Amino acid sequence: MSNAVVRKTLISLAVAGAATLAQADVVIGVAGPHTGAYAAFGEQLWKGAEKAAQDINAAGGINGEMITLVKADDACEPKQAVSVANRLVDSDGALAVVGHFCSSSSIPASKIYEEAGVIMVTPASTNPTLTDQGLPNVFRVCGRDDQQGDVAASYIVDKLGAKRVAVIHDKDTYGKGLADAMKSTLNAYGVNEVMYEGLTRGEKDFNALITKIRSVDADVVYFGGLHSEAGPLVRQLREQGSKAIFISGDGIVSDEFVSVAGSPEYVDGVLMTFGAPPTSYPSGAKVIKEFRDAGYEPEGYTLYSYTAMQVAVAALANNNLDPIKGAEWLKTHSVDTVMGKKDFDEKGDLTVSDYVMYEWDAQGKYSVVE
Amino acid sequence: MDIVLQQLVNGLTLGSVYGLIAIGYTMVYGIIGMINFAHGDVYMVSSYITAIAIALISALLTFLGFESFLVVIIGTLFLTIVVTGAYGWVIERVAYRPLRNSSRLAVLISAIGMSLILQNYVQLSQGANQQGVPTMLTGALRFHVGDGFVQITYMKVFILIAAFAGMGILTYVIQKTKLGRMCRATQQDRKMASILGIDTDKIISTVFVIGATMAALAGVLITLDYGAFDFYIGFIIGIKAFTAAVLGGIGSLPGAMLGGLILGLSEALFAGLISSDYKDVFSFSLLVLILIIRPSGLLGKPEVEKV
Repeated sequence: MSNAVVRKTLISLAVAGAATLAQADVVIGVAGPHTGAYAAFGEQLWKGAEKAAQDINAAGGINGEMITLVKADDACEPKQAVSVANRLVDSDGALAVVGHFCSSSSIPASKIYEEAGVIMVTPASTNPTLTDQGLPNVFRVCGRDDQQGDVAASYIVDKLGAKRVAVIHDKDTYGKGLADAMKSTLNAYGVNEVMYEGLTRGEKDFNALITKIRSVDADVVYFGGLHSEAGPLVRQLREQGSKAIFISGDGIVSDEFVSVAGSPEYVDGVLMTFGAPPTSYPSGAKVIKEFRDAGYEPEGYTLYSYTAMQVAVAALANNNLDPIKGAEWLKTHSVDTVMGKKDFDEKGDLTVSDYVMYEWDAQGKYSVVE
Repeated sequence: MDIVLQQLVNGLTLGSVYGLIAIGYTMVYGIIGMINFAHGDVYMVSSYITAIAIALISALLTFLGFESFLVVIIGTLFLTIVVTGAYGWVIERVAYRPLRNSSRLAVLISAIGMSLILQNYVQLSQGANQQGVPTMLTGALRFHVGDGFVQITYMKVFILIAAFAGMGILTYVIQKTKLGRMCRATQQDRKMASILGIDTDKIISTVFVIGATMAALAGVLITLDYGAFDFYIGFIIGIKAFTAAVLGGIGSLPGAMLGGLILGLSEALFAGLISSDYKDVFSFSLLVLILIIRPSGLLGKPEVEKV
């Protein structure tokens, strides 16, 4: 190609780029692990947000302006989260962001959104620090790990009557935060853990750790972390002949947990804490039906993501697309979503927490424990 | 007592797999003096090939109307080793041979590039999700020791047998066959070997293929045992296997195997008896300590300046 042709092509590309930006009326970022080991969660996040945006656009958009979604991939890595957050606010001109997924990504990214005056609504980051930072623009439509840890700890003490609890975490913000929250409530009940250790994210061999769990004779293994480590962990636990009850948090709420564990027999009896079934709200019936008609089961965080999008859009729509006013508005107004009416407190947390205990069965499905 | 024995079993199985992968690093270093950073990713590719092979062979067997674990596992081993070996050959041909006479740094960068290419190629073609393989062989041996027990799954027994068999066959090939003699000659002095009529380019290709087949063996064994993998698993295990190779003395074949076993055992014992948070710190401290005392590794020969 001659130089002149190259230059012409570049110019036309630049013009085309500018044109797409001009057409984008309201840009909303969807940030999460779209690739990497946690991409299963990224898919839940994207499906929910995409469906919400389509439904809102079909109903006339935000005050007549259409939503354009921008996918931002952080792969659940804090450094990458910061760089995609900068890209979203600088070059994409996003007014709101639905995301991120992992707490270790959400926390550093939230500061960038705060400086840029962008609303951030996370569907899934449960680490307490996120909203305890006191940033005015940060909201979450899920619970907090201290609430989640409370539910797990009281279940272990009251329902299971367990005395020997091993606490394992993945040394990440979410996993360790959750394990610590559970541990402190457990200690408050007068039960001291028999073991407290971390494993390395990305490894698959936990046999040495499991032999140690066996050696302390634990009745209950509590794991703070995600399904990609929980799967091999529970499988190797059973392979070494331990019958300890395995409990984890909302980091394993994906069908992939079963395939990573190798077979449903290994996840049989695994307990996990997660918000009350997101599909149980009457206001979500229509959306859930449409998802299922399209051949997609809205599992895990899909509807949370839909809800997060509705919250962000409500804030923008009622304040002439001003995200800073929108953030203030959210703290005093409630929003009707597919998961019922949502109210936020001063910090941006939900006013009502609804964690319950679920159990996985031998078919690899989970349901609420009565 | 039962706990210590169980940790020894854990460490031996992990270490034998580290050893298999370390062989690829050490042989390539021995023969052309480069660190093949893409080797961990060759292992990762072999995990995917294992899953594909299992699916293909199981489907074929179902079609023919019978079921046999042995046929599936032997077929998978064969297919994975052949295909991964081909990957090893192509990688050497594409990324390293054109740089044969340039500086070591160029080959090193090329290796890092190859590693990124493999990771992204697998991510794009197979998806970024966690992949799982269904459990094929269940059941375990249980030995009662005192009032406790040591439990070894049949899969772990299989891993130990297959890994040591692989190492044994390779040692035989290198020590006793004509091909092995040519490899050793090329390793000692490439120019002299070529003057004496050895096709050194072919030998170097062969060494890459051998490294890849050992990584493939490890890939099949680990994939069948843990059942879970993604496109990024090559990184951590590659670093560990490289450490094992350095620990045993890079360039030395028995050193790689010994280094793998020591690393696996030290990780398991430290994690099991002291703390799993700091097991990597312990392994790497051990590496530093051994390198201070023996700079060329446990079984490595001190570098002789060639005049």
